[in-house]
Parts: sequence; structure tokens; C-alpha cells
Amino acid sequence: MDNNNIIISVENLTVAYGNIKAVDDVSFEVREGEIVTLIGANGAGKSSTLRAISGVTPYSGRICYGGRDLRNIPAHQIVARGMAQVPEGRGIFGNLTVMENLKLATWQRKDRETVAKDYRRVFALFPQLEKRQDQLGGTLSGGEQQMLAVGRALMSRSRMMLLDEPSMGLAPVLVRDIFHTITEINRTGTTILLVEQNAHMALSIASRAYVLETGKIILSGAGKELLDNQRVREAYLG
Amino acid sequence: MTYVFQQLLNALQVGSIYALIALGYTMVYGILTMINFAHGDLFMVGAFFCFFAAIFLNLPFVPVLVISMVGVALLGVVIERCAYKPLRQAPRVSAIITALGVGLFLENFTLALNPYPKQVPQLLANTTWIFHGVSISSIALFIVILSLLLMLMLDLIVRRTMVGMAMRAISWDKAVVPLLGVPVDLIISLTFAIGTSLGGAAGVMYGLAYPVIDPYMGIMVGWKAFISAVVGGIGNIRGAMIGGYILGALEILVVAVMPSTYRDFVAFVLLLILLIFRPYGILGKPHPQKV
Ligand SMILES: Nc1ncnc2c1ncn2[C@@H]1O[C@H](COP(=O)(O)OP(=O)(O)OP(=O)(O)O)[C@@H](O)[C@H]1O
Ligand SMILES: [Mg+2]
Repeated sequence: MDNNNIIISVENLTVAYGNIKAVDDVSFEVREGEIVTLIGANGAGKSSTLRAISGVTPYSGRICYGGRDLRNIPAHQIVARGMAQVPEGRGIFGNLTVMENLKLATWQRKDRETVAKDYRRVFALFPQLEKRQDQLGGTLSGGEQQMLAVGRALMSRSRMMLLDEPSMGLAPVLVRDIFHTITEINRTGTTILLVEQNAHMALSIASRAYVLETGKIILSGAGKELLDNQRVREAYLG
Repeated sequence: MTYVFQQLLNALQVGSIYALIALGYTMVYGILTMINFAHGDLFMVGAFFCFFAAIFLNLPFVPVLVISMVGVALLGVVIERCAYKPLRQAPRVSAIITALGVGLFLENFTLALNPYPKQVPQLLANTTWIFHGVSISSIALFIVILSLLLMLMLDLIVRRTMVGMAMRAISWDKAVVPLLGVPVDLIISLTFAIGTSLGGAAGVMYGLAYPVIDPYMGIMVGWKAFISAVVGGIGNIRGAMIGGYILGALEILVVAVMPSTYRDFVAFVLLLILLIFRPYGILGKPHPQKV
């Protein structure tokens, strides 16, 4: 395979909290333009993996992004290099307005002129947000907060977007919308690493997938392939 | 009636100083959920910077104010980086003990340099106007106006600028902020710098109003300002401003109707009553617990 278009490579990643290894010697990679999903049950180590990639949790192993080792690069600099994360539970600032939530994500951007264009892009994608731009983040519904969380990641103009369970707590129709939006964002050139418990939806949009169980990758393959895999069907698709 | 107005003006002057110092407590609490118990002593250091700049550098008021604010801000940032930052993940009590230790250090270091109380020279001409029987000192008026201006500036920074937005975001959920590309440590340092510089400004104003300063002057004033911050709702910026004026008014009221020795006692009683009936203060809200 062509190694040149690997955007993220994770080698022997281990994340430990005290004596407990939440992620145990995990290796995988994501190529430019892909949607890769990491599925697994509660406590499998999915969020820990994303937090390590974003530089907000200590780890051992090696994480390279665009060919550069990310060790010792502070989290805010990683964002400046074009990698944004939509955190688990959305992480909306309830005391900031919708617009302020979006604006804060432009902290690292120097291209002030194109920022205005990107607000329009976010509002075109999520028209509800435009109507609520002066409302406090805390007053939004769960679905709107998820839109805002994705919108925020778009405002940092990322080449790579990490999403941690974007479907969590949403009604089925909203889940479909959010997954549709993710494929939309991917089509405009953003590489996606998607963490999900909703294996069915995640596998159906993913080019490739990894299955994480108690900190280890137990299966990997193309999204459609895993959708038909007996073991995956039993464990995650009920 | 003139008596009431006279006392009101006094209350505004004292309240302004409490409010400025209270802002430092509340800003640091908002961003780190930690009480910087050295803050009252930083206010004292501000008064001493004022004294040194006026005596040894022979400077007029504006440069003296700037030197004190910048000097105390730098000291605040150094304290945060060296003493508090290493303890961010440590239990709360470690940070509190460290802050108390830093405060004692500042007091005793200043004491070692200045064993005797010092007299701040008169930096501004003091004129007294009599207006319908109320005597208005130009210094008191100046203190109130300058304090309000500083508070207005702070309010604008917090509400309108990206740095202010980042400060508010950190107070809501510190873990998410770096994921948006915002350098959290820088914002924390800026918060310390701004909060402590207001304490430094309060030190200068205190020196204008009550020119005799000593290394222990920050203890009681610091407590009063801390109570102001709690009364207003710790972590809430406008609350700290309101709390400062409430405490100023309360003190003047107590002295007007009771023996003046009751002044500090009543302030602490207020704190206790408040902690029982409204622990979140006037503008504070119980923060939603994140899971
Ligand atoms: N800050 C922490 N301190 C201690 N243990 C932690 C911490 N964060 C996570 N863990 C533990 O690490 C393991 C993996 O957690 P992680 O959040 O990565 O799982 P996850 O796959 O994202 O789960 P979920 O689907 O429930 O979000 C869990 O057993 C969890 O209890
Ligand atoms: Mg998780």
C-alpha cells in the first residue's frame, strides 16, 4: 500500500490510568480522505485513544500526524496543525453563546478573511444554529449541541476530524442526520476518525474499521466487511 | 441627610478597593477553582511598589500606578507558574496551603525589607469640596472613578475579547478548551496577570486614601475582599464588584451605629450567614456537575 498518504499513524499506543491499561499496545493508521471508525463497547478505550491523539492525555508509543511525531507537541498546537476533535459529550460551553463557541475555535487561525466564509458554511450545514447564534450554548437541545460541536471543529479548519460518539443520546432521525453530515464533511476533503458504539451506522459509512475490546484491537477490515462479520454481528449489532 | 450622603461616599471609596481586590479572588477561582490566599498580600505588595516608585524613582501618579500594576502582575504570574501550576492535579488542600505559604512569604519578605510602617507620599493634590454640606474629597472621588473605569475595562475584556471568551470557557470546562486550539496555560497566566494587577491598583489607591502602609495590611483587607467575592458569588465577576460595594456599605453602616470594633466582626458574621443560607452568593449559581 501507498505509505505516502497516511495522515495519522498510531504505533504501539498504550494509555494507562494508574495500573489500569485503558489502551494496550494499539496500532492503526488513517489515510488521507478516509472515514475510519473505531468501534467498541463501554470502557474499551476509544475515548482514551482519541485523547492521546489530541495530546490531552499522557501515553506511550508513537503517534505521527502528517509524518511528524506528535510527542511533546502541546494540544493547542496540534489543533493549529489541522486536527480537531469533537469530544465525547459534545463539550459545549454552556455559558458562551453559540457564536462565541464557534469563534473560540478560530483561535489558531490567521486567515481572518476566510473565517467569515466558514461561518456561512457552518450555518448552511446547520441552519438551526444560525437562528440561535446569540443564545447560550447551555440552552440548546442535545441535537443542536451536537451540531454546534461539529460546527466548532469545522471552524478550526481541520484537515482531520476526530469524532467521539457523535450519535450519543440522539433520536434515530438525528443520528441519521449527523452521520449524513459526517459523510458530507468527508466529501469536502476532511479525513475522519470516528469513534462509535452505534456500530451499524458507523460501519455503513466507514471505509475501514477497527474493533476495540478492553484496550486491544481484535478485528479490522473494510466497513462493509465487518458489517457482515459473524463476531461483530453478535457482539455489536445484536 | 447630608450625613447619609457623606457616609455613602465613604462606602463607595472603601467598596471600590474591596471590589478591585475581590475581582482577583473571583477570577482565579473561576478559572482554577482555587482560592489564591496570597492575593491580599499581593495587594500589600502593590502598595509597597507604589511607595518605592514614588520615593526612590520620584515618579508622578500615572507611572507609579503603571509600575505597581505591572509589577504585581508579573509577581502574580511568577507565583502561579512556580507555586500553583505544579499542584494543579494535586488535592485542593495542597494548593490552599501553598497559597497561604506564599502569602506568609510575601509578608515576611516585605517585613525584612521594611521593618517599620511607611508613609506613601502625597501623589495627588487633595482638594475638598463642600457640596450642600457634604464634603467631597477629590482623592475619594478619584478612587471611585478610577476603580469603576478599571472594572469597566475588565468587563469589556471578559465579555468582548477572545481572551475573555477563553477565560469563560475554561471556567465552564477546562478539559475541552485545548481541543479548540486555545493555549490554556497562557490564558491562566493572563488571568493571574489581570486579576493581580487590579489588586496592585487597589494597593496604590489604598496608599492614596490611607497613606501609612505596613507588610500586614493585606491580611484584613484581603479577608474583606474575599468575603466580598463570596457574597457576590465566587467565580462571578460582576458579583465580586457588587460584593465589594456591599461590604463597603456594611462596614460604614456598622461603624455608624455600633462601636467601631464591631466592624470586622460583622463582616465575618455576614460570611457565616451567607455560607449557611446562600453559599453560592448573590449572582453565583450552583455549577452543573459534569459527569
Ligand atoms: N481519567 C481516567 N482515570 C481513570 N480511569 C479512566 C479515566 N478515563 C478512562 N478511564 C478508564 O479507562 C477505560 C477506558 O476508558 P475510555 O473512556 O477510553 O473508554 P471508551 O471506549 O471511550 O468508553 P465509552 O464508550 O463508555 O465512552 C475505562 O475502564 C475507564 O474507566
Ligand atoms: Mg468514550
